[in-house]
Amino acid sequence: MSERGTEIDRERRRLLGAAAGAGVALVAPAVVVRALETTPRDAPVDGRVRWGLAIDTAKCAAGCTACVDACARENGLDLQHPPEGAEPADWATQRAVWVRKVRLRDDQTGRETNLPLMCQHCEHPPCVDVCPTGASFKRADGIVMVDRHTCIGCRYCMMACPYKARSFIHEALSDQLSHVPRGKGCVESCNLCVHRRDFGLPSTACAEACAETGHGAILFGDLADPDSAISRFLASEPTRQIREDLALNTGVRYAGV
Amino acid sequence: MVTAVSTTRTHAVALLWILAVLTAMPASARSTVVPGSEAAGLGACVEPTELMRRQHMEFIKHQRDRTVHGGIRTSKHSLAGCVECHIGHDAQGQAVPIDRADQFCGACHAYVAVDLNCFDCHAAVPRGPMAGSLAEAARRAVDEAQHGQGAVQP
Ligand code: SF4
Ligand code: SF4
Repeated sequence: MSERGTEIDRERRRLLGAAAGAGVALVAPAVVVRALETTPRDAPVDGRVRWGLAIDTAKCAAGCTACVDACARENGLDLQHPPEGAEPADWATQRAVWVRKVRLRDDQTGRETNLPLMCQHCEHPPCVDVCPTGASFKRADGIVMVDRHTCIGCRYCMMACPYKARSFIHEALSDQLSHVPRGKGCVESCNLCVHRRDFGLPSTACAEACAETGHGAILFGDLADPDSAISRFLASEPTRQIREDLALNTGVRYAGV
Repeated sequence: MVTAVSTTRTHAVALLWILAVLTAMPASARSTVVPGSEAAGLGACVEPTELMRRQHMEFIKHQRDRTVHGGIRTSKHSLAGCVECHIGHDAQGQAVPIDRADQFCGACHAYVAVDLNCFDCHAAVPRGPMAGSLAEAARRAVDEAQHGQGAVQP
């Protein structure tokens, strides 16, 4: 028990380091969510920051869905209901998911690896290349997202994404959260909790939830700042991009794969 | 069936109400602001009323690009700000969706026969842990913009 407690503390500290590196208030994430001391952005984002995630797969536990659940709560994904008469199997493949747990198994050795897979926030995003309207775009701070005002729902971007990161909303939604407008006919995906970025809040919902379980497998921060915790982690640990052969320079990196 | 009938009735009641208000009141006092909303206690909107009536959609449209692409959240032309200030409440104190045909956005759009789809995606009542922050950012922007101009009387 006490060992587990120490583990949590260490992960907390690592996360706090990430927050400090990104130039955000040095407060424990859980406290911030309750108090919501926010600083709304008043200038456009620029390229001095590149947001990203580092995932230590050795710490990602089999069967744990804390990050997936937290993402759903944060972004109102849990407000979706299957259309009337939908087959459960169809619904399972059609409901919007911004992050999924993936299990890799080496058939030779039997070794299993677990990892959360979300939009990889590619520096050269194929989803942006193929979008006919410019709705799929990369923000100056590296976040790849969809401007739903201009999305026509053609789903080209879903076909182009090598990571199956995007979802299409097939049915009318209700009870959306004020900070996450979303609805029928548009494509959506992980936006690195863009509302948190714009209001000066630390971390992402998934990284925060993962730290709270004590696993601490997800590190969020600024890849452009060499002193941020995420940059130091990437500088010291061997990490890889998934499908690095595609040379997309992803903003999400994995250790232990 | 029951729902359909009551929706039609709501529409009819809303229309009658607006017509009654528009014909009964002197031009200067004509208002469709929902009684009890924050807006009802203010002298003017974020821009002069005449401008807001004709151009609110332009203001919101330009703002959405700055917010979605630039991440700017300090604007007085914020849709979350409109919702926060103009939202009405029922007898139980529950916020009523602003696009409903007897509410601020819904009533006017029903009157002019404009199909409004902002709220297919945007929350029609302030909802979620960040609704307060969104509203506060808009309020501060209004205060700053109007500081010295005196257009909004609290
Ligand atoms: S992971 Fe997919 S959705 Fe995300 S930026 Fe890359 S191509 Fe686009
Ligand atoms: S679905 Fe929307 S974001 Fe994706 S390619 Fe088509 S228009 Fe662009």
